[in-house]
Amino acid sequence: MKAFANLLERLLFSPGRNAKITLLKNYFTTRPDPERGFALAVLAGALEFPGAKPAMLRALAEARTDPALFALSYDFVGDLAETLALIWPRPAVNAPPELPEVIASLRAAKRHEIPNLVASWLDVSDVSTRIALIKLMTGGLRVGASLRLAKLALAELGGIDVQQIDEVWHSLTPPYADLFAWLEQRGPQPDAAQQPVFRPVMLAHPIEDKDLESLDWSVHRAEWKWDGIRVQLVAGPHGKRLYTRTADDISHAFPEILDAMTFHAVLDGELLVMRDGEVASFSDLQQRLNRKTVSTAMLRDYPVIVRLYDILFHGDADVRSKNFDERRGHLEAFMAHAHPAQMDLSPLVNFSAYQELAALRAGARAAGIEGLMIKHAESPYLAGRPKGHWWKWKRDPLSVDAVLMYAQRGHGKRSSYYSDYTFGLWNENGELVPIGKAYSGYTDAELNFLDKWIRNNTIGRFGPVREVAKEIVFEVGFDAAQRSTRHKSGVALRFPRILRLRTDKPATEADRLESFKTTMKMKDLS
Amino acid sequence: MSLAAETWLKTTPSGLYCEPGGFYIDPLRAVERAVISHAHADHARPGHAHVLATEGTLAVMRTRMGAERAGGVQQAVPYGETITINGVKTTLYPAGHVLGAAQIALDYGGARVIISGDYKRQSDPTCAGFEVQTCDVFVTEATFGLPVFQHPAAADEIAKLLASVEMFPERTHVVGCYALGKCQRLIGELRKSGYDKPVYLHGAHVAVCGTYTELGVELGELRPATVADKASLKGSIVLAPPSAIADRWARRLEDPVVCMASGWMSIRQRAKAGGVELPLVISDHADWNDLLTTIRDVQAPEIWVTHGSEEALIHAAQRMQIRARALRLIGYGDEDLM
Repeated sequence: MKAFANLLERLLFSPGRNAKITLLKNYFTTRPDPERGFALAVLAGALEFPGAKPAMLRALAEARTDPALFALSYDFVGDLAETLALIWPRPAVNAPPELPEVIASLRAAKRHEIPNLVASWLDVSDVSTRIALIKLMTGGLRVGASLRLAKLALAELGGIDVQQIDEVWHSLTPPYADLFAWLEQRGPQPDAAQQPVFRPVMLAHPIEDKDLESLDWSVHRAEWKWDGIRVQLVAGPHGKRLYTRTADDISHAFPEILDAMTFHAVLDGELLVMRDGEVASFSDLQQRLNRKTVSTAMLRDYPVIVRLYDILFHGDADVRSKNFDERRGHLEAFMAHAHPAQMDLSPLVNFSAYQELAALRAGARAAGIEGLMIKHAESPYLAGRPKGHWWKWKRDPLSVDAVLMYAQRGHGKRSSYYSDYTFGLWNENGELVPIGKAYSGYTDAELNFLDKWIRNNTIGRFGPVREVAKEIVFEVGFDAAQRSTRHKSGVALRFPRILRLRTDKPATEADRLESFKTTMKMKDLS
Repeated sequence: MSLAAETWLKTTPSGLYCEPGGFYIDPLRAVERAVISHAHADHARPGHAHVLATEGTLAVMRTRMGAERAGGVQQAVPYGETITINGVKTTLYPAGHVLGAAQIALDYGGARVIISGDYKRQSDPTCAGFEVQTCDVFVTEATFGLPVFQHPAAADEIAKLLASVEMFPERTHVVGCYALGKCQRLIGELRKSGYDKPVYLHGAHVAVCGTYTELGVELGELRPATVADKASLKGSIVLAPPSAIADRWARRLEDPVVCMASGWMSIRQRAKAGGVELPLVISDHADWNDLLTTIRDVQAPEIWVTHGSEEALIHAAQRMQIRARALRLIGYGDEDLM
């Protein structure tokens, strides 16, 4: 457990993705089975055992510590689990339990036995292990390491492509001995056989000006790029699952989609919130994501559909090697035959010449459309992001001229730079109201300039945040503007980034909030 | 019947004042006569006319503030030797905090008061260990005066650092640490654990390390980080002030792993907020258990708490049947902010 606790601690504090992968890889390489497998299961959220509620932690604290001292400590630390871990009396013997033992005991324990079990472990554990144990119990690891990163680390360990892991992942069970044996060339590739496993998704390249000039448009097909999340639907006689494009199983969050999956196929599509035949904004969809359970109110207020792009398996037949037109034929035949509820077909966009398509793209302003997808008629369905088959042609960003208000230092390589910017627009009272934050889009030269300017023009500090003189105007690009109850301005921007520094523009001439809302056709919520 | 200590040892705006002796302990502003526990800037201020302290403390003061500002008359007293100042017997004992750090024992009117200054009970290869002396009143700090502070062994934290250096050989580990005490202790602990490569120093850390070496503390090979090129710092350890590690100075380093050595690092939010990637819980102050152990060891029926989280410590002392009160001295504790 100690090694796992150390890993969790390092993951928590490491901002860099590469550093996290290195830490995970190092852990998986050096730790034995079945410990590393259980660790992977914990990171994947694949283990079920009775958890602990804050009330149980409070009861443990009351039993073991002076209430006045606990109260002072909790006040100082601010986190119940952490306070309990830190305040627990120093162990007489430091002999923390091993992770497999912890998992086995927790799975076997009845809920009322948990407090004593946990106390007995805390009594023999150092502080990092105590925190890890308590966080494990409360299900709040929050170490910022997704299953994705763990899989990338495993792929490095095995010297294979991460998609190979994705393809077998959902047929595996903790502690994944067969997976590690395969990665270490001690065993065969696990057989996914009939399981409803994830199949690697095909992705597109952003289209560039040179592509626009050189493409033979007569052999390319166009579709709208819908602004939801890309999903894969896998259904057959051996089960059904709904996956994200990174192979996370999100079936439980979308029961209405699962109910409609009474067919035998693997489909590729976009998950969208749909109201009165209109695709709702991405923020509506966010209401449905990352939820353990779904309420009836959620199902009613945020109804979802899947708009289908492609078909990978038609019945038992693997159609991935067929070309786009042939697969489209399969998909249309499938739809005509199966008529699945909660699903429709993403229509092809007809065009005869590039200019016509460009005009369609320029005119597309519906909230649900991110741009166009361009697909070669001959393209098979390939894993990953192969070159020369699919392109995404996002619509031009919307933009607004906003004033820099606050700045904060970034993370990792940017930790010494003021690189995170909050910007705002003028309201009716002549005050600036923040409308968003951006962390990217500027050049290195602009970053250097801004960093220096911010240090020299700070007018207030709030912890790590600097308030600056209201003098710098950014041209901020974004994909969509949405209503927000969270921000004072009532506006939230999607994918905001700095397009340009408008050193030519005085702050007083930046955009007004009211006219911005009018342009964006946004009504106030109030 | 002894004279109650509070009748002759008083809190004043300038700090703790021994009335019959006519001297202040760690005064906050320039005074005629000062007895100084250790050379951290919040305890040792410049410009006193007469300063009594250990040789180590005086040497570091001279390095940091210049010989003249360190005191008009500088009287060095070895540990354990008693000096009588206007009838007040004054003795310095090791406090284990940093090089030269002393507890100040005052015997007067039949009572013995010990002002501990800042202290720790963990071992430290760069300074003399805390010496237990029994007394009637023990004046203690409470920087880490909450039971959530249980400092691990420094060697374990150093092992964490070295494991990380091994795991990320292409990156530079920059450790934020205070220039006096923590910096040298880290070097000492690194050497103790067998690390014999050069340790690189930020310019602000060079002078005090020099003073330590002159006073006979072995620190091994030290190199200035400021002149070294990026590539040569890959895989090495750089020590720098906390204010420099996540700021412009650190840009000279190759993809640095930002580390911080401080007792506060046990609180995750502190480490997170400071942008620290590898927190090292290494402190030169007593943790909760050591505060209580020390209070028991010195057998004083009464304690006074100078600075820190006095509320919890006073509560715990009272439960041990010890009279306890807060002196509410302000101006101390600046040195270990991160």
